[in-house]
Amino acid sequence: MASQSGRAALGSGRTRAETVGALIRSTLMAMRRNPTMAAGIAIVVVMALMAIFAPLLFTGDPSAVAPRERFTPPSSGNWFGTDNIGRDLWSRVLFGARVSMTVGAAVAVISVLSSIVFGLLAGYYRRLDAVIMRFMDGLMAIPSVLLAMALMALLGGSVQNVIIALCVVETPRAVRIVRASVLSIREEMFVDAAHALGVPPPRILRTHILPNTFAPLIVQASFIAASAVLVEAYLSFVGAGPPPEVPSWGNIMADGRHYISRFVWMIVFPGIFLTLTVLGINLAGDGLRDSLDPKLRSRM
Amino acid sequence: MTGYIIRRTLSTIPVILVVALVVFAILRLAPGDPAAILAGTGGAEVDPAVVEKIRKQLGLDQPLHVQLYRYFSDLARGDLGQSLLSKHNVSDLIRARVVPTLSLTIMTEVIALVLAIPLGVLAAWKADSWIDRTVMVIATLGFSMPVFWLGFLMIFFFAVQLDFFPAAGYTPPSEGIGPFLHRLIMPAFATGVIVMALITRMTRATMLETLREDYVRTARAKGLTERTVLIRHALRNAALPIVTVIGLGFAALLSGLVVTESVFAVPGLGRLLLNAILARDYPIIQGTILLISGVYVIINLFIDISYAYFDPRIRY
Repeated sequence: MASQSGRAALGSGRTRAETVGALIRSTLMAMRRNPTMAAGIAIVVVMALMAIFAPLLFTGDPSAVAPRERFTPPSSGNWFGTDNIGRDLWSRVLFGARVSMTVGAAVAVISVLSSIVFGLLAGYYRRLDAVIMRFMDGLMAIPSVLLAMALMALLGGSVQNVIIALCVVETPRAVRIVRASVLSIREEMFVDAAHALGVPPPRILRTHILPNTFAPLIVQASFIAASAVLVEAYLSFVGAGPPPEVPSWGNIMADGRHYISRFVWMIVFPGIFLTLTVLGINLAGDGLRDSLDPKLRSRM
Repeated sequence: MTGYIIRRTLSTIPVILVVALVVFAILRLAPGDPAAILAGTGGAEVDPAVVEKIRKQLGLDQPLHVQLYRYFSDLARGDLGQSLLSKHNVSDLIRARVVPTLSLTIMTEVIALVLAIPLGVLAAWKADSWIDRTVMVIATLGFSMPVFWLGFLMIFFFAVQLDFFPAAGYTPPSEGIGPFLHRLIMPAFATGVIVMALITRMTRATMLETLREDYVRTARAKGLTERTVLIRHALRNAALPIVTVIGLGFAALLSGLVVTESVFAVPGLGRLLLNAILARDYPIIQGTILLISGVYVIINLFIDISYAYFDPRIRY
């Protein structure tokens, strides 16, 4: 089975390129077997391309105000209509994809990297464990949207600060995952053997333990990205996200909230894009979990 | 059992202390000076005397360890401070908002459970069929959707177009149970979808496992009806993980409430917090986050204890 060969490659001492190659191969094979996952990945790829090529695809300046063209319904000139001050919604939704995609990708990468540092330290050095994990438990006890909003209240609104706040929110769960796999792997025979041979602990962590945490972390990264895209929209929606001049799906919907009864498209289009993106990432994540981490398959 | 309950209860103390510390840091770590931010609302010239007064009022002129000591001794006495803007006691503000939020929470949880458990059981029973796949995609959709968006779509269809429900607002239970419940249905459903999605997925996953057990095969071989097998034999044994996910889903529910209360104009804790965040009214932010996180920690404590009570094999 593809998934098993993928795991085997991660566990043994192959070179990095071989490991990555095995991962890609097993992912491709999993996509063929799992159409829901393939659909999820397709959605994410399309959204990412739209975000990247937004400057080529847009039909009007997303911040050009046209007071005479307020609330135009969707038409051939304005595909998604215009908003309350006459800005072209298609262009705004397109540029909103850039904020969501940047936040999702950045938060996933940064949280996973910082969770590797904290998780390895907590899992390997027992004294640090108590301190780090108590702190992470405390952070996890604050519902994520609330913590993100409170952090934004102190950081101030910018895309960069949204990324920082969401990394603080998302890192603890990933730390738990890394720590748990370190705890189980450090009991393995090959780690004892490395110790006996006098390999220094940082090197044991890097070459023997770290590669074994990759599979669950990749799965977690996809769920972090999904959650980050969603929470960014919450922050933008309540006015605690990026500044209002940066179009994001959340603040486009916030602009439309007062006109819901007559001009529903201002809320419908950005919401569809947002929901599709998050759904795509979640479906891809479910598929990755099933193929990379068979132990977790029966879990929700 | 008693030992376990004591140990598990004690283990929540460091968590709550860390939450309190994080909340403390949120006020003190603000780049620049929260007092200056507050004095400078409106973009006018900041008067240094006003900043100094606010610093004093917040106790920010004291050294950090004194501030920390004061903060914890105030907390121990249940004193959450005063709102910077309205000068009301934070604990009074919170008390006035508890009933709407609590009713909404209960209603949300009830709607979520009533829909999620049958859906999850059905999906597991018809595993790998189109029914299963549809339920799973809907469940995944449920937590991929922003609750405020769902809320607006519901307002548009059910309030504006069809006029089934009032668009927004809150009627206290003292003015009649009927109108009270009627107004809560839409916000509760909007918030509940995400919780429902989580519980449906968990129910399906654990049911899939129990349906493979020998005692389920025995029950079927005895000729029991499929209904009895599913509910009495399988669902009962799948109940514990489902209860756990209800506890974890509470975080999603509380997060969702902050936004739904504002969408549906429900005068609850979430709206209090949201307005405080926008106005940077730090004592209210601290107080509400502490309360909500405390409730979340305690709910999970009860769930863990009941878990151990119902399943004697579990001891940590």
